[in-house]
Amino acid sequence: MTKQYTIRLTVNGREYQRTVEPRLLLADFLRHELNLSGTHVGCEHGICGACTILFDGEPMRSCLLFAVQADGHDIRTVESLGTPEQLHPLQEAFNEKHALQCGFCTPGFLMSLVPFVESHPQPSEEEIREAIDGNICRCTGYENIIAAVKLATEKMAADQ
Amino acid sequence: MAGKFIGQPIKRKEDVWLLTGKAEFLDDINLPGMLHAAFLRSDYAHARILKIDYSAALRRPGVVAVYTAQDFGDYWRPGPLQVPPPTAIKGSLFNAKPLVPIAKDKVRFSGEPLAVVIAESRYIAEDAFDDIVVEMEPLEAVTDLEKALEPNSPLIHEDLGTNLAANVIQQVGNYDEAAAQADVVIKRKILVDRGAAAAMENRGFVVDWNERAQELTVWANTQAPIPLRNAIAAKLGLFEDQVRVITPFIGGGFGPKIMTSQADDVLLPWIAMRLKRPIKWVEDRRENFLATTSERDQVHYAEIALTKDGKILGVKDVFYHDTGAYDPYGMTVPLNTQTHTISAYDVPNFYTEIKMVFTNKFVVTPVRGAGRPEGVYVMERLMDYAARELKMDPAEIRMKNLLRPEKLPYHTGVIGQDFVENVLDSGDYPAALRKAMDMIGYEKFVKEEQPRLRAEGKHKGIGIVCFTEGTAVGPYEGVRITVGANGKVNLVTGISTQGQGHFTSLAQIVAEQLSVPIDDVNVITGDTGHFHWGAGTFASRGITIAGTAAFSAATKIREKAIKLGSKYLGVPEDQIELSEGKIIVKGDPATFITLGDMAMRANPTRGVVEPGVEPGLEAVAYYGPPHGATGYGSVAMIVDVDPETMKVKVERFVIVHDCGTIVNPLIVEGQILGGMSMGLGQSFFEQMVYDENAQLLSASFMDYLMPQATDMPEKIEIGHLATPSPLNPLGIKGVGEAGAIPTPPAFAQAVENALADFGLQIMETPLSPSKLFGLARQARQGKGE
Repeated sequence: MTKQYTIRLTVNGREYQRTVEPRLLLADFLRHELNLSGTHVGCEHGICGACTILFDGEPMRSCLLFAVQADGHDIRTVESLGTPEQLHPLQEAFNEKHALQCGFCTPGFLMSLVPFVESHPQPSEEEIREAIDGNICRCTGYENIIAAVKLATEKMAADQ
Repeated sequence: MAGKFIGQPIKRKEDVWLLTGKAEFLDDINLPGMLHAAFLRSDYAHARILKIDYSAALRRPGVVAVYTAQDFGDYWRPGPLQVPPPTAIKGSLFNAKPLVPIAKDKVRFSGEPLAVVIAESRYIAEDAFDDIVVEMEPLEAVTDLEKALEPNSPLIHEDLGTNLAANVIQQVGNYDEAAAQADVVIKRKILVDRGAAAAMENRGFVVDWNERAQELTVWANTQAPIPLRNAIAAKLGLFEDQVRVITPFIGGGFGPKIMTSQADDVLLPWIAMRLKRPIKWVEDRRENFLATTSERDQVHYAEIALTKDGKILGVKDVFYHDTGAYDPYGMTVPLNTQTHTISAYDVPNFYTEIKMVFTNKFVVTPVRGAGRPEGVYVMERLMDYAARELKMDPAEIRMKNLLRPEKLPYHTGVIGQDFVENVLDSGDYPAALRKAMDMIGYEKFVKEEQPRLRAEGKHKGIGIVCFTEGTAVGPYEGVRITVGANGKVNLVTGISTQGQGHFTSLAQIVAEQLSVPIDDVNVITGDTGHFHWGAGTFASRGITIAGTAAFSAATKIREKAIKLGSKYLGVPEDQIELSEGKIIVKGDPATFITLGDMAMRANPTRGVVEPGVEPGLEAVAYYGPPHGATGYGSVAMIVDVDPETMKVKVERFVIVHDCGTIVNPLIVEGQILGGMSMGLGQSFFEQMVYDENAQLLSASFMDYLMPQATDMPEKIEIGHLATPSPLNPLGIKGVGEAGAIPTPPAFAQAVENALADFGLQIMETPLSPSKLFGLARQARQGKGE
């Protein structure tokens, strides 16, 4: 039996303590140990971005991290954004602009974009393209995602 | 027919689940006591299996069982053949070699399963691969389509004595006579290489055998839940009703998820029944590349015969089509190529021949486009070379040869993938081309802008092509619609959904007929426990075939509600109408009964009913078209090529498209944009590269490039035409593959046009910067520079 490690971390504002194998991927830990299955795994080698989460506020690939590396850190997943009743402005804009089809990659896009829209209140189209360049979407051709980000930032600016 | 719901850009109902991470996908399913499967796969593409010893694996803690082909006894058998060959084409040859679930004696592609390990976790199951000793004798691999048919080629299936999987000749008129009278005959060898569907969600399968109820439940991200259920029941000797296939949310399909005869489909239910524990298998990305089906891979020897003023007299196309190691999907893909080679043009004489070949690559089955892009690519390249030879403008030669609207419906004389003659049902092809030319400013670009840009040393080019998209093929789909006592409407259908928005678009059709709020229509797709007749979601058929069935069933309910409402409210039927979930008296909305109350009353639990009465407000309807409906359109694009790096930037992309009645413009445009991005991938980014040992060198997203946001066109414009199809009451045609089909030939033409001073000839897709560089160098050498 591999040696087990006890880790303590904060996920979506809640503290957890779990004992895990050192090789357990953070993505698998979130999905199968904490049942936060909104984080999706598309390639397991860090390219597609579907598993993007916020690690101490920075977007990172949870398939390229081990759960033990998250010990003592703050993790946020798509479940920390809006609820069906009250969507986050990005989620609302994705719905409005038809920026998702199968929706499998969408949580990764959202988590890449949350810090981006906070730091770029009026992003140019080029900046938006760069911001999502590390996330692959097979369904939409990105056009509507870009439109959704524009809409979300406009709405967020108007609300302030 | 626009209405309150049909034709409206209604936001998708399913989005909130997907956006909040609450949508359940296959890998989110966890059952108590669930085991995990992993497949040990062959590294060799072609080899004899001498020995597999897994005794050490069984000793590893956490491993529950290991199986090889021998362990399945009589249960191991090839098949089933998922798509039979059409019988309507006389003289055609088809050698059936359906997929085997796990390799026995011999391996025919790299990635073929050798053993399946069942363990307490996926991590442990994969650990156990190290414990399994495999001895194999490698054989020479077959990768080249033409060499595969040479007499000395190694054989994939020795019992056939050949690597020829199928040979089909279809002819209209007499090409040889036409060519003899032609002023010009242009011949080209054209290659269309292989790409992956690469849905973001890999394939997966969860199976649970309930021993007490004698029922098997399967969760699968399949595009064909009912055929999968039928195949599993047949293999296991169960009644169809003992097997329930449920599709959760599915993370993209694009074709390969139609397969129902792969290792997981066949082996895991058998194992689950023996171990009496649920089993999960989720493919990883490498497995998806190696052992989930992919497409294209054709070599064409094509020619076109014309008069000197550019009128087509005939087209001849003899092509090799790679089916891979097996041919479980019959001839669907190359038949689509045949029907889409003549595409939108008036071609009086046509000869088309398929030589389908077995190789040591994995199996080819439809991927978004499914043979259509190959046919359109070949024809459009021929048109470009005809234009070049005759010194005509590419748009002009196309306009001259497009079928005129008065010729439609046009019987092409070519049998298609649906086993009947391909008929182009409706539309105005020249109008699509004209509109695309107008939208992109074709004349102005060619006559004014390009000469100026060239004088400045810029390499900007324009491409313009035409295409058809055969959609909405049979055989049929069905739905059942039930009004609940809660006043809401439930629709169940056998098709599944991989992102096409059926939860919204089917609800729009029902809401329109029953005059209920859209949020009161619930749609369940792809659960055989709810509805168990149908074929699945493929060939751009979901909204047309299931949507028409939904329209019919909703119409039946509407009629029944009016009849019952008339009796209950005591006014004649023509005085009754449906409004906002109520059956009301026209002009007197205060006199009403809700649909929910009427549904309750229509299902009495005591007393007697009139003879012939059917309970509830419920209806079932089916729809099967005589042949598919054909969408069409035109694509124009302007590219900017950097001749130093051969990087290509698409500056503008214009697509004009006709899919008949548009149910939801948001969804239709989404489908077109997505198809375009896949088409762009197959123009310039994506290629499955095999070496001479049939090893896939591009089996990860590191090596297989998919278009990213920065690769997309700077400006995209979509133009709609909407000629209702005469084939169904709503006038719908499909749209799912529209963007993928015309993009590669438009891209090739635009790049050639941009690099006109290089004189290169593009006869293959996909391209890449390095390929373009090589072609330019070849062209330079050809000119003696």
